[in-house]
Parts: sequence; C-alpha cells; structure tokens
Amino acid sequence: MEKNSYLDMELLRFSTAGSVDDGKSTLIGRLLYDSKSIFADQYEAIEESSKRKGDATVNLALLTDGLRAEREQGITIDVAYRYFATPKRKFIIADTPGHIQYTRNMVTGSSTSNLSIILVDARQGIIEQTCRHTFISSLLGIPHVVFCINKMDLVDYSEEVFLTIKKELEAFSSKLEVRDIHFVPISALNGDNVVNKSEKMNWYGGSTLMYLLENIHIGSDYNHVDCRFPVQYVIRPQSDDFHDYRGYAGRVAGGVFKQGDEVVVLPSGFTSTIKSIDTFNGSLSEAFAPMSVTLTLNDDIDISRGDMIVRPHNQPNVSQDLDVMLCWLSDKKIFLGGKYAIKHTSNDVRCIIKDIKYKININTLHRMEDDKELKMNDIARITIRTTKPLLFDKYSRNRITGSLIIIDEATNETVGAGMII
Amino acid sequence: MKSYNLTHLEELEAEAIYVLREVAAQFEKPALLFSGGKDSIIVAHMARKAFWPAKIPFPLVHIDTGHNFSETIVFRDDFVRKIGANLIIGSVQQSIDEGKSVEEKGFNASRNVLQTITLLDTIEKHKFDCAIGGARRDEEKARAKERFFSHRDEFGQWDPKNQRPELWNIFNGRKNIGEHFRVFPISNWTEMDVWQYILKEKIEIPPIYLAHQRNVFIRDGVIMSTSDFIQQRETEPSQIMQVRFRTIGDATCTGAVESDADTIEKIIEEVAAARTTERGTRSDDKRSEAAMEDRKKQGYF
Ligand SMILES: Nc1nc2c(ncn2[C@@H]2O[C@H](COP(=O)(O)OP(=O)(O)OP(=O)(O)O)[C@@H](O)[C@H]2O)c(=O)[nH]1
Ligand SMILES: [Mg+2]
Repeated sequence: MEKNSYLDMELLRFSTAGSVDDGKSTLIGRLLYDSKSIFADQYEAIEESSKRKGDATVNLALLTDGLRAEREQGITIDVAYRYFATPKRKFIIADTPGHIQYTRNMVTGSSTSNLSIILVDARQGIIEQTCRHTFISSLLGIPHVVFCINKMDLVDYSEEVFLTIKKELEAFSSKLEVRDIHFVPISALNGDNVVNKSEKMNWYGGSTLMYLLENIHIGSDYNHVDCRFPVQYVIRPQSDDFHDYRGYAGRVAGGVFKQGDEVVVLPSGFTSTIKSIDTFNGSLSEAFAPMSVTLTLNDDIDISRGDMIVRPHNQPNVSQDLDVMLCWLSDKKIFLGGKYAIKHTSNDVRCIIKDIKYKININTLHRMEDDKELKMNDIARITIRTTKPLLFDKYSRNRITGSLIIIDEATNETVGAGMII
Repeated sequence: MKSYNLTHLEELEAEAIYVLREVAAQFEKPALLFSGGKDSIIVAHMARKAFWPAKIPFPLVHIDTGHNFSETIVFRDDFVRKIGANLIIGSVQQSIDEGKSVEEKGFNASRNVLQTITLLDTIEKHKFDCAIGGARRDEEKARAKERFFSHRDEFGQWDPKNQRPELWNIFNGRKNIGEHFRVFPISNWTEMDVWQYILKEKIEIPPIYLAHQRNVFIRDGVIMSTSDFIQQRETEPSQIMQVRFRTIGDATCTGAVESDADTIEKIIEEVAAARTTERGTRSDDKRSEAAMEDRKKQGYF
C-alpha cells in the first residue's frame, strides 16, 4: 500500500441491517475474506471453532460474532465494528443485529454511518423487520441504501425472484426519503456478486457490492453552511505563561469559522469577534466540521459548557418546545407526562413528554393517531417541553445539532433516540 | 468552491480529542490508564492536544505487574516528566503482598489476569469515576463490541449483552455511586492508523518496538524474551535474534516478531504486509476462545 495514498484516503462508514438470519454477518465475513482483509490467525481461529461445532464449511459470520453468547446461539446481539481498506477507500463497518429485541443496537450502529446495506432473504422477501430497518435508516438520514437480495443460491439464482423483491422494495422506499438506492442479488455464503461477479447470474448487469462500496460518491456528510460551535469545555491554564488565557474547546458542528469573524454567543446573546482558532500545533485561519479546536474571543464574556457560538445572521432555533421523531429503545413504556433527562450537543436538560402525536405503522408507514402507547422499538412523533431552551436545527439540516437522546433518570439508561423536526 | 474535508487520520484525531474533552466535562475524577505501550502513548499525546495550553486535567495511572520490559519503565518515567503529568502506580506486587491476589505458578504463569484486581482496587482507592483506555476495536473480537463510553457496575463488571445504546456522538456518562466508566477514545483506530499517526506526529515510543538484537527463546511457536520472570524449560534454549514487539504487555505473555524494521517507516511497510493480527503474539488471548471477553467482564482493560 502506498504511504501517501493511505494518508489521504476517503473514509466510508457503513452498517448492515435486515432481519435475523438474513446473512448480514456472513456477508461481512465474505467481504473481508474475498478482499483479503482477514489475518491468518483470525481465519485459523474461526476455522477451528467451525470444525468444533461440526459445520461443513467455515462459518464466516464468526468473524464479527465475537461474544460467547453470539457464537452459542448463532445470532448477533450487539454491534461489531470492523475495519478494512482497499487501495481506493478506508471502511468502518458496523455489523448490527437483526433480532427485534436488539433493535437499539441496530440504531446504535447505524447512527454514525453514511451507507446502509439492507439484506433481504430471497426466499422470504420483505418482512416487518426489513421495513423497520429501512425506515430507521431513512429516519437517521443515511444518504445511501444498498439492498442486497441474499441467499440467491436457494432460489436457483432466479432473476424473477430478484425482480419481484426489487419491485416491492422500490414501492416501499418511494414513501421514504432516501436519496440513493441500489439493488444487488448476492449469495453471501458462496460469494456471488459480493467482491467477485457471479457466474451464476449472467442476467444481472449491475455492479458487485464491493464495486458500489468503493465507488459510490460520498460528498461531505457535514453541514458547511450554518456556523455552529457547541462549547464543550472551557480551558483556563493555571500557568504564568497563559495567565489570562480563556479558550472555548469544542468540535465544530457546522459551517466554517474564520479568525476575525463576528460571532454571537447563545443563549446570552453577547457578541464578539474570534481572536484565534487554537490547536496544539498552532493557530489556524479557519475551522470546519468535524474539527476539534479551541476558540478565543476578543471580549471577556461569561461562557460555559452548553453555550453555542454562532454567526449573527445565521442562528439556530431557540425553544423549549420541540417536535421530535423518536425511536423508543427501552422495554419500559414511555410515560405521557413523564419527566426524563435529555442530552443535546453539550447540553444537559430535563424534559416532560407533552404529547404523543402519532405512532408509525412500520409495515404501511401509516400514522396511528389514536394509539398513544409507546413501547420498545416503536417510532413516533412526540412533543416535549424542556426545562431551558435548546439551541437546535432540524435533523435534516444538521445531524449534530438536530439529534438528542432521552435518559431515564432512575436508571440512567439511554431510552430514546430523537430527531428534531 | 473550496472543499472542506479532513483526511481520515485527521478525522480520527478530532474524534478522539472530542471524546477526551467529553470525559473531562462529564466526570469528576477521571484517570488515563497508561501502560507505556503505543496505544496509551497516543491517547496521552492527544490528551495533551485536547487541553493545551492547560495541562492534562487528570492523572496517568499505570497498573504495574512488576514484570515489565525495563525499557518501558524508563520510557514511562521520562514521558511523564516531559509532559508534567501526575503518575499514579497501582502495583500488582502489592496486591499479592496484601493477600488480595494469588500468584500463578508454573511455566505459563503470568500476572496478566491479576492486573484486573489491582486495577479495580486502584480505581476504588482513588475514587476514579472514569478510566480512559487505549483499547481499539480492531484488536480483538470482544473489543470489537465496545462502546466509546462503556458502563461498569459497582463490581467493575462489563455486561456485553446489555450495553447502553450509544447514538451519534452523544455520550451518556450518567451513573450511580460506586459505578464507573471505561472510555476508549481510539476505538476506531487500526494498528496501521496508530503507526501512521506516530510517524506524522513524530511521537516518541519505547525502543523495543523497533528491531533490535535480543536474547529470546521459542515457546509454542512464539518468540519470548528471556527474563527473570519466566521459567524456561530445558527444551527451550536461549538464542539471540533480531526482533521487535508489536504490542507491549507484560513480559510473561508478550511475544516478539522477527523483524528488520528499525524505523517507523519500515514498521509501516511491515504492518501493511502482515498476515497475522498484532495480538497474535499475545498468549493471554489464547488461553481460551473467549479469554478476552471473560477478562473484560471481570473488569480487565
Ligand atoms: N444458503 C445460504 N445461506 C446463507 C447465505 N448467507 C447466510 N446464510 C446462512 O444464514 C444463516 C444466518 O446467517 P448470519 O450471517 O448469521 O445472519 P445475520 O443476518 O447476521 O443474523 P443476525 O445478526 O442474528 O440478525 C447462517 O446459517 C448462514 O450460513 C447465503 O447466501 N446462502
Ligand atoms: Mg449477524
């Protein structure tokens, strides 16, 4: 591998989705194996466990199913992260579980990805979990979706089966906001159309999965228009050299900040200008998402964690009343009127659940307005009121300032994932 | 229009710095676990960057098995002095002396497992509510399942079947008294990324990562350094070889690889061509199929 090319390679984060046993982990194993990204000792280890269990072939799913319980049950329970690189790109894979009980882990793995591979068992076609995962991917704003119709070996590599499922998926997806959709017929088990083109499906003229992963155009995932700098931590060195230094550390959540820019600090509303954009390696003339930097300002203003530095003519919404699309992740039901803790950017607040406007029927995507009981894995539009105003954008505009999590104050568990509308 | 893109190493660094600052903001008494190995070195390096021009706002903690490569300890003390950090040492020998741990016996005896007891003891004694570690998901199959913010109950245990969801980059560090968190800022880094970063940032590392002549013996196909801490069998004669270490753990369970790579550039070429994982030389992982998972559940790094 070339040293220089490695240093400026593009990064693609992708995740798998689809129902239990559709072949997600096998596919990831196949992808790693056929692209020669598996080390000899890793292969020997899974070869040995497969033999011990009496499997006829080496079970490639064991490459990601790393927990004892997963190996015993032959299912994925929690997300496994894997890494590989080809000369074209560097990849971070999140292999997520298909079982409905572990949907929260699927949401975890997908929340940071920019491409979702959704598997469908060719024998079964679309089932509820396919719909749920496709819908969640679209809610999370994942820009690219690749549907892999898997286990084609079990349907005689039939073009008709592929086309029927493709049509159904197209009909379902047309109701969603997914920008870019692809379909590939594969056999994860045998490797057809994964890295190498299938010899059994000459009727398919499209690309292999690997080709798509290497070549799909991925622009920047970040918003470079609206300047947003949530203050994470205030740096005050207790040293003589930096006696009066007061730096606001954080990660740019949107836009491009430049030295000399006029800024407003929210929620106080005080204005100032950027004196410097500091890093350990020296000052910068500009900073953009997702850089971690430290800003200093020309005026002494009281600023603390949770505040946001923005530009005067492009400010976020400021409100205590928010509408949120919510994935509920807890086995305890949500309480209408209940109080929960919220984390949003670097802010901690509390909220009250004011209204459950409607639940979504996962299969039809219809709104269910009179069903207000929100249980684990349900997705709903809700209204909340927070103890103090949040500084936010719509999730569709900015994934960082538009997302929040809901925490049960009694158990400290994360119970909900919210996307602000 | 100008393109605003970071290279993937810049993106990984920005992510790690963000995580480190989140730790400083969310916890009252965090600590950075520092072994003197390359992963903890780059985490400490980025902690310096994250809080500059202030000092790292938490101490470094070394869980010392007493079975170290002497080069690592020299490096550790030098490093700590240079960055002006506060070093706390948790001693496995002391845990043994106090009767909290029992030394393993025999040819394969190692203090690796005993580190967990000393680690949990040190966390409790200093009331640390967060321990930052340099573990990477690409190292091992159980580590591939870790969150950035990983919850530990009051016994220091990890419950891999019931982890908190971790959405986007919003980290939930809330906990009850007596519980703590393990935080892994370089979760998404690979061995290759670490070496590329060491090269780019000109970071100093212990010399035993580079090829050198060493007195070694071969056990179960693994090249082990001779030392006072390991009993050699008669069938395991000492010999001198040109080797280097891919990971640095306890001297009793860390194997070396034959290598001529005496510069970082050459190590990078070697890593690119490697056919085994870096932990392939760690006998502590080979004790059983789920060795790492079992140790992690108990509270291991
Ligand atoms: N015949 C055939 N079997 C397959 C194929 N892909 C996967 N399988 C089998 O389907 C079963 C389930 O595969 P996994 O990869 O574990 O499925 P998964 O989607 O990861 O399941 P969860 O993670 O538990 O949701 C295994 O027995 C695989 O060998 C395929 O292309 N053809
Ligand atoms: Mg799986």
